[in-house]
Amino acid sequence: MLEDLLFQLELGLPQVVLGLVNGAFYALLSLGLAVIFGMLNVINFAHGAQFMMGAFVAWMLLNYGGIGYWPALILAPLIVGAFGVVLERTMISRLYKLDHLYGLLLTFGMALIIEGLFRNEFGSSGMPYSPPEILSGPPIDLGFMFLPKYRLWVVVAALVMSLTTWLVIEKTRLGAYLRAATENAALVQAFGVNVPRMVTLTYAAGVALAAFAGVLAAPIYSVNPQMGSSLIIVVFAVVVIGGMGSILGSVVTGFGLGLVEGLTKVVYPEASSTVIFVIMAIVLLARPAGLFGRA
Amino acid sequence: MAAGHASIAALPALHETPGLLGLSVLGFNRAQSIAFLALLAALIAGPFFLYPVFLMKLLCFALFACAFNLLIGYVGLLSFGHAMFFGMGGYVSAHAAKVWGFTPELAILAGGAIGACLGVVAGWIAIRRQGIYFAMITLALAQMVFFVCLQAPFTGGEDGIQRVPRGSLFGLIDLSRDMSFYWLVAAVFLAGFLLINRIVHSPFGQVLKAIRENEPRAISLGYRTDDYKLVAFTLSATLAGIAGGTKALVFGIATLTDVYWAMSGEVVLMTLVGGLGTVFGPAMGAAVIVTMQNYLAEFGAWVTVIQGVIFVACVLAFRAGVVGELARVLKVRL
Repeated sequence: MLEDLLFQLELGLPQVVLGLVNGAFYALLSLGLAVIFGMLNVINFAHGAQFMMGAFVAWMLLNYGGIGYWPALILAPLIVGAFGVVLERTMISRLYKLDHLYGLLLTFGMALIIEGLFRNEFGSSGMPYSPPEILSGPPIDLGFMFLPKYRLWVVVAALVMSLTTWLVIEKTRLGAYLRAATENAALVQAFGVNVPRMVTLTYAAGVALAAFAGVLAAPIYSVNPQMGSSLIIVVFAVVVIGGMGSILGSVVTGFGLGLVEGLTKVVYPEASSTVIFVIMAIVLLARPAGLFGRA
Repeated sequence: MAAGHASIAALPALHETPGLLGLSVLGFNRAQSIAFLALLAALIAGPFFLYPVFLMKLLCFALFACAFNLLIGYVGLLSFGHAMFFGMGGYVSAHAAKVWGFTPELAILAGGAIGACLGVVAGWIAIRRQGIYFAMITLALAQMVFFVCLQAPFTGGEDGIQRVPRGSLFGLIDLSRDMSFYWLVAAVFLAGFLLINRIVHSPFGQVLKAIRENEPRAISLGYRTDDYKLVAFTLSATLAGIAGGTKALVFGIATLTDVYWAMSGEVVLMTLVGGLGTVFGPAMGAAVIVTMQNYLAEFGAWVTVIQGVIFVACVLAFRAGVVGELARVLKVRL
């Protein structure tokens, strides 16, 4: 019995490792949500749509402009981030004095608009986007499995990006302003810091993180208008499980849940699409504030 | 809900006038009595002027939106997962009518029963958090139900449950004609509408409003607010299940569309367009959105774009909704 299970696990280990790739996207997206929520008190429902935009911008840069993967990895987040600035300035900023739920409703509407427009233009079927040459060679032999280079790169890139975000927020002067403004915006403004501009840039940064994840995802998943909407609901569950209080907490939760999902694919595949929601329910019953949350 | 922020459905206190024709028994003031009589007239005259199937669809969504409004409008809880009750209600009613041979009234009640069961469980989990978290949790739970429906054998997966018979009322009156089924749907809607109104105006409903306005204070007055929220959530889920079950019988089909997250968004939109926390708003909003979908169906994905635009416009400039704005202009409560 135990041997059977071990054998099954050995066969399934690649699945578990590939779960880390999903985990990388959960981590990047929940990180962006947490950054935005900390500053704006808005849950950015358009996050999935902006993730999808990142992938599409990379695709368009390649097909219309002949610009390849590496420049796109920087350009696409900048372009989508600029779009985020426009959204924040023209619409979201009008809602700060209202109930937070209006921010959720507004960004939900934006997500519908963005997704609908892309579906009109590109249809529902996916567009192929190949990984850059240097990452597309033969897979790396890990002893127990062959890992495609690109997937390894996704995990590494997501880890580096998460760590950078954490360093910026926890260890720099800008980050100190941000944390202070999260605690008491009025007081920080009284010290002469331009808080509204900081809020705008925070939103743009969160959106850019989503777009960065989108470019990373483009070669793995086919680039299609719906790629963000189903992912974002899982990410919401991840955010509820982790709690939005801590940056590292959301990164750890994201990767951890990716692993759990991969493990479930091996042990009981039927439950792999629901396991994160089940964990969410259990965490809510045991620790309503989330694993890393403050009540 | 942070103190100092405008509550999402707070209504200005207005001088109440007694209802007409003894309708104050239902808790209606004068303006509401007039609106209710107009609604009754429209219900009775409607099928003679408009296509009954269209009206039945509209009434199902109107009841769904009213059920949703019971939560957002009177308890201040935004559920982003009401599709799970609506869709599951549809599946169970369809299954009951087709496989178990239930008569339509029992099949619809079965839809309500599953809504209630799901509502107790989902509510029990979700009310542990407030505000935005509550919305995210309900959305995630609904997505879980969606995946279960996708895989469970009795839902028929991508095909759904098709060719569901409407049957005969109490096993006696044949309802296969649209016109005769319309009266059942109208009766279900009216019963649900009046029940919600009764709940809102009961002492229980007053406690719900107290929770909406200031939960810590309600707790300090000795109310176990979590219990109240759970009961309200379950009632809302039950009615959403009934609405979904009725819709499944109207069209003879239950599909994944009704459990999908987009459906949860649609009911939010209907209620928002009509007016959060108003008595007649959700029905009005459902009428607007269903009519719009009907006329724009040929434009495909543009419907999603337009719905998004309406969402954004409502949140930015039109938060009181059609009925809310009307009430403000007429200086009455509707």
